[in-house]
Amino acid sequence: MNKTPFIHITKRMDVGRPRAYLFRAISILLAFVVIGIVTTILTGENPFAVYTSLFNGALGSVRKVWVLFQNLSILLCVGLALAPAFRMRFWNLGGDGQVLVGCIAASCVMLFLGKTVPHGLLIVLTLVASITAGALWGLIPAFFKAKWNTNETLFTLMMNYVAAQLASFFITSWSKDGSAKIGIINPQTHAGWLPEIGNKYLLIILIVTTLTVLMYVYMKYTKQGYEISVVGESERTAKYIGIKVNKVILRTMILSGALCGLTGFLLVSAKDHTLTTTMVDGRGFTAVIVAWLAKFNPFTMILTAFLIVFLNLGSNQITTTLGLNSSFGDIITGIILFFIIGSEFFINYKISFPRFAKGDE
Amino acid sequence: MKKFLSIILAAALIFSLAACGETTESTADSGSQSQAEQTTPEEAAVTVKAGFICLHDEQSTYDLNFINAAKEACEKLGIEYVIKTGIDESEECLTAAEELVEDEGCNYIFADSFGHEPFIMQAAEQYPEVQFVHATGTHAHNANIANFHNAFAAIYEGRYLAGVAAGLKLNEMIADGTITAEQAKVGYVGAFPYAEVISGYTSWFLGVRSQCPTVTMEVSYTSSWYDESAEYETAKSLIANGCVLISQHADSMGAPRACEESKVPNVSYNGSTKEVGPTTFIVSSRINWVPFFEYSIGAVMAGESFDADWTGTIATGSVVLTEVNTDAAAEGTQEKIDEIKAQFEAGTLKVFDTTTFTKDGVNLTSYLADVDDAGDYQPETEVIADGYFHESEYRSAPYFDIIIDGITVLGQ
Repeated sequence: MNKTPFIHITKRMDVGRPRAYLFRAISILLAFVVIGIVTTILTGENPFAVYTSLFNGALGSVRKVWVLFQNLSILLCVGLALAPAFRMRFWNLGGDGQVLVGCIAASCVMLFLGKTVPHGLLIVLTLVASITAGALWGLIPAFFKAKWNTNETLFTLMMNYVAAQLASFFITSWSKDGSAKIGIINPQTHAGWLPEIGNKYLLIILIVTTLTVLMYVYMKYTKQGYEISVVGESERTAKYIGIKVNKVILRTMILSGALCGLTGFLLVSAKDHTLTTTMVDGRGFTAVIVAWLAKFNPFTMILTAFLIVFLNLGSNQITTTLGLNSSFGDIITGIILFFIIGSEFFINYKISFPRFAKGDE
Repeated sequence: MKKFLSIILAAALIFSLAACGETTESTADSGSQSQAEQTTPEEAAVTVKAGFICLHDEQSTYDLNFINAAKEACEKLGIEYVIKTGIDESEECLTAAEELVEDEGCNYIFADSFGHEPFIMQAAEQYPEVQFVHATGTHAHNANIANFHNAFAAIYEGRYLAGVAAGLKLNEMIADGTITAEQAKVGYVGAFPYAEVISGYTSWFLGVRSQCPTVTMEVSYTSSWYDESAEYETAKSLIANGCVLISQHADSMGAPRACEESKVPNVSYNGSTKEVGPTTFIVSSRINWVPFFEYSIGAVMAGESFDADWTGTIATGSVVLTEVNTDAAAEGTQEKIDEIKAQFEAGTLKVFDTTTFTKDGVNLTSYLADVDDAGDYQPETEVIADGYFHESEYRSAPYFDIIIDGITVLGQ
């Protein structure tokens, strides 16, 4: 009997940065090869047509590049909101709901105060309302966690559904013709709309860029940022060195929710100018991947958000150009994410086959 | 480890080479295809490329109806087209229009969902040289944007015909003793209490009642245009409530599936759902968009203008019924439908004939509707004249929003 195990997995301790990046690059390359194969097998389409559409869809024209960066900014903003909570090991899966309540609050202010309040003040009120709503939506699960140690994963997740129902309720009650469509809010007066700088994409990009820098500084160089890390590493250590854990949880979730609320403000006041139940478009969940892949580093998150948005826009283009079902775009995104996440495994662990590869070590 | 990696890399290389080998053929193939597509009739003054914006994809019966018509019309006209599916009723719709115009070079854009309208109007102002059409919209008839159009059809006539089929089925069930005349209660799964839906179920109900005078109807809203499980559940609860036949105005297969499971006859909308209801699907009314696409795209090709607000009819071939499913329908259904259809064509029968329905026990002689949709939600147009409600005559999108006697809206 051969007692040597067939497969042996060991933790790597010594992966250098260049090697880690090499692994990631290889995994993306492999992903593209697999996409080519899958596409050809399933649809009989030329895989190079798929690659071309992918790039064209995301970067095919100057306007598309602007759209890409606008979408990237919105997604990144949610990612920035989630990062401190995740670093604290508070699994905030409620980003979608927190953004959506921000959207509801923003549209409410714009709809009902649009005619009476001066433009500048209206924008401030809209901003404050969205941030407050988002913060409240983040605070509720944090409060229960701090007070009764409830499971925040489930709690934040369920708060999404409450927010979605609220959105449907308000949309239905605010649409007067029964169609359950709000339409463009204040289409003539543009009351509550953030002004355009140069074009309609730039302002959002600038705001989120600023937030990215601020979040980096907050997490890396401030006392609060340090407390978040300590609580995330070990609650006991945090308690031992005198950090009030509950206070940190509440404060961080208010921040997380507030930033989500701000994203809602940007969606309604700067981008969409309407309220629909689908406008957040799962960004609260997508941003989890953005934050995780970047290990919660705001600057690295720019890259991961770019990757996700690039794939999203590119795969939409594939669907349109090749006349495929929209699920095909999801398959492509899935394949690439699978390989990227897979590469993290190979970076952290070593696989060997002792029976076959003796002497190869 | 190195060996393992190199094996994977080698495999990848081989696969990608194999993939390359296959590509050349299909490139040549698609090249010749697009050449064939580009050859437009010589008399066309303008080369048209059409762009279609759909809320959902072909999983939705509503969108599928547009997608099929778009493909058919464009292939008939020999023009290139692009279909974008899954476009939300938000800024995404404007972005989609911008992409279709700027990146795809489309000069005819069509959007299929009610909530797309404000964004399509914005796009129309942004690109005055491109023609924009929006289905089910309410603003083109008085918006005065030269390149912005609405289109819909007098689908209430089709609904009425589908209702006739349902009425005959009820009569058959009464005759064979499955139900009594008093138990003739039908159920309707609606999306929202919106005029398009109300007009739809009222015309359908009047069709049913024209054949089966004892019928009553219960309506239940799902508060969504597309929610398979809500439509399924709503249909199931209507059935549990004693409804013996179901129809729906919601875009998924939810209600037809529920009916097939419960063996309750179903009358559909937007297209045949026989696939999921082989023994219960009776017939479906739908708007055939091909005549409109041919008309409007044809006009653009000829360099001519076309109607700002267009209403298709039975005569234009826009209001159609699918094939009657003889496994579920009563005897003589097709003949009866043909007979009543002939009355519509001759103009001798009106769906909303005010002698056939009452509101709070009274026959209406006057009714104001909000036809202008100027944002005040105030009715301003008299729509009853010559003994009938003039639906879709003052603008294409329906505005019949009266809950008539005999119809009960649940949950209100």
